[in-house]
Amino acid sequence: MGSCRNAVMGLCGHMYIYLPIAEISVNALVLLGLGGLVGVLSGMFGVGGGFLMTPLLFFIGIPPAVAVATEANQIVASSFSGVLAHVKRRNVDFKMGGVLLIGGLVGAGVGVFIFNYLKGLGQVDLLVKLCYVVFLGIVGSLMFTESLQALRKSKQVSASKLRKKRTWIHALPLKIRFRVSGLYISAIPPVLIGILVGILAAIMGVGGGFVMVPAMIYLLGMPTKVVVGTSLFQIIFVTAFTTMLHATTNYTVDIVLAVLLLVGGVIGAQFGTMFGAKLKAEQLRILLAVMVLLVCAKLAVDLVVQPAELFSLGSAGRH
Amino acid sequence: MRTLSAYVLVAILSWVGAASSQSIVLGLSKQEIGITAFFDGSEILIFGALKHQNEASSEGELDVVITIASPRIPVTVRRKEKRYGVWVNVDALEIDLAPSFYAVATSGPFDQIVSPASDVWHQISVQKMILAVSGPEKVENSEDFTEAVVRIRENEGLYQTLTGAVTLQNQTLFSASVTLPANLVEGAYTARIFLMSDGDVIAKHQTAIDVRKVGIERWLYNLAHQRPVVYGLLSLAIAIFAGWAAATAFRAVRG
Repeated sequence: MGSCRNAVMGLCGHMYIYLPIAEISVNALVLLGLGGLVGVLSGMFGVGGGFLMTPLLFFIGIPPAVAVATEANQIVASSFSGVLAHVKRRNVDFKMGGVLLIGGLVGAGVGVFIFNYLKGLGQVDLLVKLCYVVFLGIVGSLMFTESLQALRKSKQVSASKLRKKRTWIHALPLKIRFRVSGLYISAIPPVLIGILVGILAAIMGVGGGFVMVPAMIYLLGMPTKVVVGTSLFQIIFVTAFTTMLHATTNYTVDIVLAVLLLVGGVIGAQFGTMFGAKLKAEQLRILLAVMVLLVCAKLAVDLVVQPAELFSLGSAGRH
Repeated sequence: MRTLSAYVLVAILSWVGAASSQSIVLGLSKQEIGITAFFDGSEILIFGALKHQNEASSEGELDVVITIASPRIPVTVRRKEKRYGVWVNVDALEIDLAPSFYAVATSGPFDQIVSPASDVWHQISVQKMILAVSGPEKVENSEDFTEAVVRIRENEGLYQTLTGAVTLQNQTLFSASVTLPANLVEGAYTARIFLMSDGDVIAKHQTAIDVRKVGIERWLYNLAHQRPVVYGLLSLAIAIFAGWAAATAFRAVRG
């Protein structure tokens, strides 16, 4: 009933499923559809798609804590599905992925801790949304301007830009050679990026690909070709870790919800990888940037416009 | 000891005597509701008869009120206000007890058949079922918060006021049907039947309805709470398998 009223795409059949952890009944077709749509984006851009899915789950009435934890589990599936296609095409830099992952696991642990702390204060929704607006806004506009410039200018310009980036990264110690990416840089920037993305992943219920992908391109100077596969590779482990943390501390992973989302998601991810292979890197980046900015704008408007209901209910005594 | 038991006996007898001028015989279409994987709400039929002990009873028109309530649990109500251009939760009220589901079915307009005093004493209307007394927080207009609970849950179909939903035939046979929504939380629900005359409760009866998860819903819920590590690993295993299966299937399709 509840999900029917809010059904996003007018799909309102009679296929209702009761979610054992969220304790609500939802329309299975809506969730399958959402999973599929987000899966396509996941495969195309190498993002987990969580930055779209988590707000959509809030919107159809899934409790935020359940949405964030379950989305982490779903991203494991869509990223795994997506990464297999990239491994086959040798588009994964496992060494770089491993270094990013070290930071990612630390960050995820910190993130779940912050999430649980804010939940107790009743401010978790606001902070999650603010995080979305700030990060989607920064990342989206950076990517948009950069990829517009890249589309206009020739390849030599972007190559010289890469050389410029190398100068400050070169000054750091602990250098490692990343053969697949064609880089010889310090391990410190990837670990720091990993930590930041891990924290975001746990707090926002996302894989963090929308931060990871631009960071790899613009900060580390990795070739776009390997960025997507490598990002997916490390997202699998970070989100798997986040899933376990949420399952054991909050009991908020809804396995039935996850299955519904991931069935649509894994299929969508395969189509997405196919579409992605046909587009040019700059076009891909501009599309991703536009989408990130749209979600950002929607969330920002929601925060500023007066909500229809000023009161909200939360379970008491659970924290 | 003997005097005490004699006293208790007298008390019981006098209570039965007082209550027996009218009594209620009650039936439910189901005593328990199982939440299965495809649970899509449930309809429950409450029916019964009023037994008139004294034929020459001078009581006037009788009315029947039926309530169905979930167990009452605490709930936190938060209020938003605009701060620095953004809508933020500014204050919260912890409501000690509120049912997550509550339906009141009546045989006539609530205000006309239930006096305010009976409502307070027997906690019939949903407003009287919500208990918001204690709490260290100092919140102005705490009624606004209680009203918000009622408003939000009414919109979700969790609080229902069904005026005229009880049919009463010949002042004797009554029946009502209440639809329980799909977003039901499990617990020991209570069905109460009040026999009203001139706004007063002249007889009442109470029975339990057990709402619980069954089958795979029960199993998953227990696993998640009792063996969270196994549950988490199971979730991950399903995710990895689904990801692998989709990738393999697509590779096969593409040749």
